[in-house]
Amino acid sequence: MTAKYRPTRRAALMGFTAVALAGGRASAQAPKKGGTLTFLQGAEPTTLISLTTVGTPSLTNSAKTTEGLLEYDYDIKPRPQLATEWSISPDGKSYTFKLRPNVKFHDGKPFTSADVAYSIQLLKTVHPRGRNTYANVVEVKTPDPLTAIIELSKPAPYLIKALTAAESPMLPRHIYEGTDPLANQNGNAPIGTGPYKFKEWVRGSHVIYESNPDYWDPGLPRIERMVCKFVRDSGARSIAFENGSGDIGYRTPVALADLERLKKLPHLVFSTDGTSYSYNVQCLQFNFDSQFFKHLKVRQAVAHAIDRAALLKTVAYGYGTVSYSPIAPGLKEYHDPTPSPYKLDLKKAEELLDEAGFKRGADKIRFKVPLDFNPIGDDGRRTCEFVRASLSRIGIAVEVRAADLSAFSKRVYTDREFDFTYNGHSNLFDPTVGVQRIYWSKNFKKGVPFSNASNYNNPKVDALLEGAAVENDPVKRKAMFMEFQKIVAEELPDISLYSPLYLTIKNKRVREDSPTADGVEGNMSRVWLDG
Amino acid sequence: MRMGRRIAATLKRTALHAGPTVLGIIVLDFLFLQLMPGDAADVIAIEAGAATAETMAMLRERFGLDQPIITQLGNFLSHLVQLDLGHSARFNASVLDIIMTRLPNTVLLMATALSLALLMGIVMGSVMAAWAGKWPDRLLSVVVLLLYSMPGFWVGLMAIVLFSVKLGWLPNDSNMTVGANYTGLAMIADRAVHLVLPALALASFFVAVYSRLVRASMLEVQRQDFMRTAQAKGLHPFFIQLRHALRNALIPVTTVAGMHLGNLLGGAVVVETLFGWPGMGRLALEAVLARDFAVLLGVLLLSSLLVIAANVVIDLLHAWLDPRIGET
Repeated sequence: MTAKYRPTRRAALMGFTAVALAGGRASAQAPKKGGTLTFLQGAEPTTLISLTTVGTPSLTNSAKTTEGLLEYDYDIKPRPQLATEWSISPDGKSYTFKLRPNVKFHDGKPFTSADVAYSIQLLKTVHPRGRNTYANVVEVKTPDPLTAIIELSKPAPYLIKALTAAESPMLPRHIYEGTDPLANQNGNAPIGTGPYKFKEWVRGSHVIYESNPDYWDPGLPRIERMVCKFVRDSGARSIAFENGSGDIGYRTPVALADLERLKKLPHLVFSTDGTSYSYNVQCLQFNFDSQFFKHLKVRQAVAHAIDRAALLKTVAYGYGTVSYSPIAPGLKEYHDPTPSPYKLDLKKAEELLDEAGFKRGADKIRFKVPLDFNPIGDDGRRTCEFVRASLSRIGIAVEVRAADLSAFSKRVYTDREFDFTYNGHSNLFDPTVGVQRIYWSKNFKKGVPFSNASNYNNPKVDALLEGAAVENDPVKRKAMFMEFQKIVAEELPDISLYSPLYLTIKNKRVREDSPTADGVEGNMSRVWLDG
Repeated sequence: MRMGRRIAATLKRTALHAGPTVLGIIVLDFLFLQLMPGDAADVIAIEAGAATAETMAMLRERFGLDQPIITQLGNFLSHLVQLDLGHSARFNASVLDIIMTRLPNTVLLMATALSLALLMGIVMGSVMAAWAGKWPDRLLSVVVLLLYSMPGFWVGLMAIVLFSVKLGWLPNDSNMTVGANYTGLAMIADRAVHLVLPALALASFFVAVYSRLVRASMLEVQRQDFMRTAQAKGLHPFFIQLRHALRNALIPVTTVAGMHLGNLLGGAVVVETLFGWPGMGRLALEAVLARDFAVLLGVLLLSSLLVIAANVVIDLLHAWLDPRIGET
């Protein structure tokens, strides 16, 4: 049963010092073996392998059973996982991987280069991002069971960062071969090389993993069992952290309004470790086919009217970083920190709207326009209310329209019956994979979510994005992305607002949960429980 | 003998009504669902945050969404005739399997809540009727009024705050301690502890309805001639109340309870979400949001069967309570 815990102010104070001390001691302490880790997850995955979907719930679970060729440190420098050595040819068109010997799948079959070749081909055909990430793959050569060579037609400078367990899972060929990958039961009861073996999936409730005694890394995993509980209600997740029935959750698993209260609890730790593999940028995206927003001056006026810092503070409770660019500040290599050329200036905004021909009417209103938002996060409604208030000051009457996921997708991407929308885009580990799709005119595709919904079309931008996608020289590549950011900052196909900061919340007994860039989305082989 | 004939008649009538009812529900549901914007492939893509034209086409083909609507309906019905509820492409599992893991949980929650509501309602109603106008009646009336005015989800939330957060006595989430692997009595105790709060939250409103109903019906019966006769016979007042007053008062209560079963299924969505109860209500809600119509139609079908079955039970109960009912 649940632990009984009643917070008092004194306990909270004592707790803070206890956490500080425990943090300092953690590295010196020898890891303990055994125990059950309860991992709280918001939504139930549709499949336990991130092959045919990259929905967050599937990404969360996939790596526990199914590993990747590489893992990455917090700065996205590759480290060995299933591959022990790797090299890239000088022309950037050939990647050679030496595989870890004596690795076995949970069913006892050996893991070889044939599995790597098969997995890459599968990712290239059925993975929602793999089709782009691995687009240049010509073939995967397997000269011997422990060597895999990926041959490309053109360089793909982002490829070396795409090889985590959750993004590019290495699947057992003997289970998938000759089947329809979408119907394969491996997604319901996965077999992989990972530190945890799948035990059971009770739909609507939980998944249980048990430690893999034959894991290739001796001494790992340390915990005996991992229970992934699906708790849909964020209030219930707060309570579970509070009373100790949940150990860990990530991507800020509670309502932002609950954070201050939970931070007072001495047994909880709040961490940002392992959140550097993927960053989101939240934005207001304009439809260039809208009678209002097809005018550059109207878009500029909106940009002049929105105070990003105030939005971040009120809507996201300060958890994030202001971003003027669609490339997140977290992607330090490519992010352009130059502030938007359109500073907060209501007077200028009003002038621009007058010039564009939208004068204030008798009721002081220039025009009425609906705003749609992607409902996947819980901040959509609040952000839209902020935008509505901001734009009402320059005479634009915004009507916020709510819809569920499917209705939003149909309205924006299929029917295109929208004027502007609040949305978030995952940058992932590279702008070519995460950012290009939103601005590339060739990706203006009706009916495809997260395509170029603005119908933005600038041949110069297209050339820069296409060039950067195959540019092997990091300096030239950076220059291309910088120029791209300058152009979209001026032309405003969208207004980038901020990049959210996600917290991992855990009980202080949980240690070494996030040693890699992808944090708890990694295989969590090292996690252990102190008591 | 007459009892047996009545039961047979009730069953025959229900069977005749059930078929067309269920078919109508299914076809109407299917057509109404087509009006919802977007489809299952949209949901998968938005959840993933990434898609290509090829993956969208692949998903639609897999979900059967590339077929005309009439073909989809035909496929569904032809599977149904073979007692096959179909396949959820979203979960890559058979609809029947998905529902059967949830159905027992929902039936347990509903049966407990309904029994609890009936039991407490009848006891409270009888007490109120027996002491009508005196202090127990007044006191219980206030309690009943409170229960009647508070929505179930709010009662649930407050119960969670008190019993799960402040006192730590009862769990607020799931239907068992996941991963504890209890067996035997420990398992039953564990399940029972998890059942308390959701069942109370679901029952609270109905307790109020039934106790008011029992009180009113019993007061009504008190004035009847047969009650005076029973008193004149010298029967003990307790037995008069039990055998004559309550038995007659139960007819309206059971009628209403039968109709409430549908409401209870609706209320279960909220309570199941609140308490993380892995039941059909939440499954239905998630299926709507995910546009997973195969699962949704399965849930609606089984729910309608459940309501029909409950009505049969109520009919039979009536036949037993009052021999005049069911004779035609």
